[in-house]
Formats: sequence, structure tokens, C-alpha cells
Amino acid sequence: MSKFNKKKSGELPPVSTASLPDIVFMLLFFFMVATVMRDDEMLVENSLPAANQVEKLEDKKKLVNIYIGKPSSSYQATFGTSDVVQLGDKISQIKDVYNYVNTQRNAMPENLQKEMMVSLKVDKNAKVGVLTDVKEELKEAEALKITYTSTQGDPMNNIKRR
Amino acid sequence: MAKRAAPEVNAGSMADIAFLLLIFFLVTTTIEVDSGIVSKLPRKIDEDVIPPPIKEKNIFQVLVNKDNRLLVEEEPMELKDLTAAAVAFIDNGGGEGRKGCTYCEGEKDPKSSDNPEQAIISLVNDRQATYDYYITVTNELVRAYTVLRNRAATQRYGETFESMYTRYKEWPESEQEEPEYGELEKKINVIKDLYPRKLSEAEPQVAG
Repeated sequence: MSKFNKKKSGELPPVSTASLPDIVFMLLFFFMVATVMRDDEMLVENSLPAANQVEKLEDKKKLVNIYIGKPSSSYQATFGTSDVVQLGDKISQIKDVYNYVNTQRNAMPENLQKEMMVSLKVDKNAKVGVLTDVKEELKEAEALKITYTSTQGDPMNNIKRR
Repeated sequence: MAKRAAPEVNAGSMADIAFLLLIFFLVTTTIEVDSGIVSKLPRKIDEDVIPPPIKEKNIFQVLVNKDNRLLVEEEPMELKDLTAAAVAFIDNGGGEGRKGCTYCEGEKDPKSSDNPEQAIISLVNDRQATYDYYITVTNELVRAYTVLRNRAATQRYGETFESMYTRYKEWPESEQEEPEYGELEKKINVIKDLYPRKLSEAEPQVAG
């Protein structure tokens, strides 16, 4: 009889955790693949406003990014607290926009140069003044296709918090 | 020496290592924003070229001052009313004869715009206005055009302009030879011509 008793004894066997690493690795690989690393390190504050008349932007290859905003806290000692322009990975003068755009355009493949689009990533709290100066520079550089990059959402939320 | 089997490596901490990496990637991931309001800057004009005269009634003047307040056609206005006012202006169709607008449904007020082709919205902002307000105003004005285009598209083709445009943008690249694609493109251009987006962002005045 004891032969059969053996099976009945004991509680539920513990759930095997041997496959846990596999599950976690799967998640890990998903995130590693899905992550897009930022090209530029952000030196300025850059939280984008929301809008609902947005279009999907062009291919990343055709985009030139220009960031406008206050320098982030660790750079305020050097660059002050008023709005500045960040081109690539450094804070620059407004008059450098012209050269920057042209350099970026020349670096593009020939067939994309005409379709170049300037993506203006402007901080919510920035003043419009700097943006206007940048636009003047862009006109000068013949970079006329621009986009005010903004997240999808109700634009009224931008104003409510005041 | 006794013969011993090599001890198995303990894989119990594998999960911890993987978790650590996972959390690192979760934290460092920033999702890039890839949407925005598309706009086109005007070409730089020579100083000595005199711009063609535009009738005062064909300009819809929107001013934003440094305290983020709106002045529309010399009247203060709440932001929520802006789209409706812009729609009324663009769709007015007050012109006579050839200058008129057969598809407009506005009030045909002779003091307002002649037709959508001529109607220009001029947005002038103070340098001290904040960007989020500016983008909201721009958004509302762009929305006015979307509203009108949607209406025209629904009347003509039974589909909103927005959905036509999304379809057009998401057309697979390998199938762009198909006749439907060209047809859709043509329809979109027809609607765009009915209500062309004429949004001028003039250089701001320093004084506000």
C-alpha cells in the first residue's frame, strides 16, 4: 500500500521559476530593439506643447532639429537663464543657424536635399522672440519647410495651467 | 585525486541581472516625438519689390500681446471663439461676380473677405508671448481650414478631408502606381485649392 501513498503525500509543488530569466530576457530584447536613442544630448529644457492639427513628420533622414528653450539647470551658470538655441549638441548663436542648416543639408543625399524639413522643437515656456529670429535665419537659408514639433493632444491643456 | 564532475554554474541570479538591464533600458528610453504642425515659410523678398496691394477686408488680423491675450480684428477675443471667427471669415465669400465664391456658405458680408483664395489670416505676435500660447493660436487657425476642408470633402466625396489625407500619407510605397492613388491625390488637391491655407506669420512688433 505504501507504494501508492507516496503520490498523495505533500502539498502542491512550488511553481518553477526556471523560465523567469527567459521571460525577462524577452522583455529586455524588446526594449533594446524598440529604443531609439536620442541623437543629441539635451542642453536646454524641452517639453513640447500639445496640438491636434498635427501631421506625422517626414523620415528622420530628412529632418534637421533645432531646439529652443532655457538652458537646463546645470548649464545656466554658463549660458544664463534666457532662451537659447541648441544646434546639434551645443548651444549656439542665432546667426549660426544659417550655417548649421546649410551644413546639414549638404550632408544629406542629393535626392533628399530638396525635401529637407526643419523640425523646430521649442519649449512650451520659451518666448516667441527667439523663434522668430530663427525663422528669419531659415528664410535666409532657403529652408522653408518647417514644422512646429508638438505632441498629439488637446491644445487647450497648454493654457489651462495658468 | 577523485574524479569529480564539473559543478554546474548557478543560474539563479540570471533573472536579477536581466532585470537590472531591463530597468536600465526602461529608465533611459525616451520616446521621440514625431508629429508636428507643418508650415511653410515665405520666400525672402527683395527690398525693392513692392508687394501687391491687398484689400483691408481680405485680411483677418490676429494679434497676440505679451500677456498672451488675443486681439482679433481690433476686438479682444477668447481663444475658444477663434476657430469659429476664422471659419466665418474664410468662408464669407462676399465678392461679386467673378470674385465671388460659389461653394461658400458664409454670410456674404461685403465688408469681409471676397473668397477663400483671397482671404489671408495674418498672425502677429509679440516677442514676449510664450510659445505654448502661440502654438495654440496657430493650431486653432489651422483647425479653421481643416473644418472647411472637411466640409467641402464630405459634400463632394463623402469622406472627410482628414481621413482622405491620412489614407494618402499611409499609402504603401510599392503601390503608388495604382490609379486609386492618383485619384486620391487629385481629390486632395481639389479640396486644397478650394480652401488654400493662407496663414501669414508676419514679423512681430517689438512694442506690444
